[in-house]
Amino acid sequence: MLRYTLKRALSLSISLAIASLVIFLVIEVAPGDPASYMLGINAQPETVAALRTELGLDVSKTQRYLNWIGGMMRGDFGMSYTYRTPVGQMIADRMWVSLPLALYALTLSTLIAFPAGIYAASRRGKPGDMAVMGATQLGVAVPNFWFAMMLVLIFAINLRWFSAGGFPGWDEGVFVSLKSLTLPAIALALPQSAILARVMRSSLLDILGEDFMRSARAKGLSRRQALWRHGLRNALIPVLTIIGLQFSFLLAGGIIIEQVFFLPGLGRLIFQSISARDLIVVESVVMLLVFSVILVNFFVDLAYAAVDPRLRSRT
Amino acid sequence: MRIQAGKLAMASMFALAAGLGAAQAAQDDITIAIQLEPPHLDPTSAAAQAIDSVLYSNVFEGLTRFMSDGAVVPGLAKSWDISDDGLTYTFHLNEGVTFHDGSAMDAEDVKFSLDRARAEDSANAQKALFAAISDVTVVDPMTVQVTLSEQNGNFLFNMAWGDAVIVAPESIENIKTNPVGTGAYKFSNWVQGDKIELMRNDAYWGDAPAIASATFKFIADPTAAFAAVMAEDVDVFSNFPAPENLPQFEADPRFKVLNGSSEGETILSTNNQMPPLDNVKVRKAIAHAIDRQAIIDGAMFGLGTPIGTHFAPHNPDYVDLTGNSGYDPEMSRKLLAEAGFPDGFTTTLKLPPPSYARRGGEIIAAQLREVGIETEISNLEWAQWLEQVFRGKDFGLTIVSHTEPFDIGIYARPEYYFQYDNKAFQDLMSELNRTTDPAKRSEMVAQAQTIISEDYVNGYLFQLAFPTVANVKIEGLWVNQPTASNDLSAVHWTD
Repeated sequence: MLRYTLKRALSLSISLAIASLVIFLVIEVAPGDPASYMLGINAQPETVAALRTELGLDVSKTQRYLNWIGGMMRGDFGMSYTYRTPVGQMIADRMWVSLPLALYALTLSTLIAFPAGIYAASRRGKPGDMAVMGATQLGVAVPNFWFAMMLVLIFAINLRWFSAGGFPGWDEGVFVSLKSLTLPAIALALPQSAILARVMRSSLLDILGEDFMRSARAKGLSRRQALWRHGLRNALIPVLTIIGLQFSFLLAGGIIIEQVFFLPGLGRLIFQSISARDLIVVESVVMLLVFSVILVNFFVDLAYAAVDPRLRSRT
Repeated sequence: MRIQAGKLAMASMFALAAGLGAAQAAQDDITIAIQLEPPHLDPTSAAAQAIDSVLYSNVFEGLTRFMSDGAVVPGLAKSWDISDDGLTYTFHLNEGVTFHDGSAMDAEDVKFSLDRARAEDSANAQKALFAAISDVTVVDPMTVQVTLSEQNGNFLFNMAWGDAVIVAPESIENIKTNPVGTGAYKFSNWVQGDKIELMRNDAYWGDAPAIASATFKFIADPTAAFAAVMAEDVDVFSNFPAPENLPQFEADPRFKVLNGSSEGETILSTNNQMPPLDNVKVRKAIAHAIDRQAIIDGAMFGLGTPIGTHFAPHNPDYVDLTGNSGYDPEMSRKLLAEAGFPDGFTTTLKLPPPSYARRGGEIIAAQLREVGIETEISNLEWAQWLEQVFRGKDFGLTIVSHTEPFDIGIYARPEYYFQYDNKAFQDLMSELNRTTDPAKRSEMVAQAQTIISEDYVNGYLFQLAFPTVANVKIEGLWVNQPTASNDLSAVHWTD
């Protein structure tokens, strides 16, 4: 197991090194200069040059890459070109919005998807199944930003139950903060739950055809009893994989939802930084997301190995 | 006697009513939404209008300042003397002005601010404003003397810009995150990506404003902007981004719409050095091929004033030259034939992100196609636009709004991106800079407008409107934008 873990850890660090290089190159290749963006169209060329020097943009790309990587190793993400505040601090601030939002949306999506998927699987081919599948088809098809606008129209503009967007900050109280994240979380969660419900249903149906399920039925369990006692736990493995994937999507993929609800989250930070060519912020945020995805996969690999001893000898 | 008593009773009733009104306490906080977030909070080292939108006059003040009608009036300087040769300005500063950190504002701070802006390594986006200054001398704590290398009729105007505000050496290091000025409002908090909060400065040297606390929220998405106003999450949306929604707000008794004008001359900017656009006949043909009203109606839902030159129509010196470039496709085809392009030609049209450019570009492309000019449209982000068009000068046509006040001087810079090179115009501009007599200046400004209009340097489209949507109970907002600002000094709630 130790050998296996070391191997996984080595592959993790190689992936990170390659990712950092690719991210840096791709982002640095984008045309545009943060200094001229900031100074606008009346600035004189020597002013732009002075600002480039002040921002440390006049050193070579290799040097900048090494500075960036070296800084990150020490936990220092550098200084934003436009905001002039430490990038690490900015990311941490935004995390306090994006992380709770992602968790909130994930919880909602699981709470909706599990019962819906189980119900549909147990009523396979019957009207209940068809109704759930029809609804999930719609959920997969509807883009979340459109859904978000509809929520705003109904609950913020017409009913006035929620504000149309914004985030008061956790200092203002947990309840008001959660309330302000509710509409965005629903908008993010519904399409995800539709996917999850479909996966849940098909995974359960696969399991129902397995030999051990037949044995369970042969022991005298009813179809429903067999489903709950033996089917569900086995069916959960692919579902958990999807949940893991969805979590990283929710963390980074809220860009449009954060625009619609003007939330100060990670997605909005990426969006603003790209247009201002605040490259160091973009690089660091993307790197952080890559890191979290790779790390989650690393733990999933370890978990698989713990569950399934065959994997340890195979790799 | 009875009448007297009646009057008295009436008077006391009024007094009581007034007292009750005061006891009820009018609302004294306000939430103002703007579309873009400031990159940082130093107005003296970035071009972003969002910085001035939040801080101009509220947190930072200059020697002089703009009023909402564009007039330049005394600011931190209560008065000034100009020497007979026009080269020395002696500013007398207001007494008792303190920065928000408690330190006194005096002549040393003025010297520091001006010297910093014009220094070799200055990062001031409008460094040209300070180009005429040759020396700044502290006479006594309340008097500062500025010497110019040559006369400058615009000097007091230049000192009113947000880029020329007075800052203190003690607080300059952290100005980008913690701005310390002399204004009626103190910076209190910035939740990046979300909002900036200002608090009333109780030690303010001037009149105390009615609003005690102001929150500036950043809402970039036009749909979100609409929702935020409709849900009354914000009290004011300054420069509302979706003109198509304005009629709905006008019809709603909860809101009012202020149709202001900005300093943004929206132009079809033309590369004057790129053939065939270097030919004045071709540029004239383009000008006559364009139907301005169709662009204003189609791209801006009717908001915007047609212009015929690079000058703001609300300025008293504006000359209406739209007649030089009336919509006349027939004449346009004739001019193209005369220039040697009877079958037209193909050029590029590069469009930055604002809707005036993206929507307007499609309409202009269609209008140019009518007379035989084909355009290859490409949509660029701002950073790309600055790189390719502005710095690289790699474009035929582009659409952009020039939002700096009184910026006709850019036509005297041959290296400026549209590359207009006319000696007569350059001479006129340097003479204008030296001229201080108002009547002469007006005359020269009119002459300058006429030259660029008749040279068809760029296609002159319209003055960008500045619509503000506000709660109907709010008074005192700026309607026009002589400079980017949400000056709170006169803003108050009525009941």
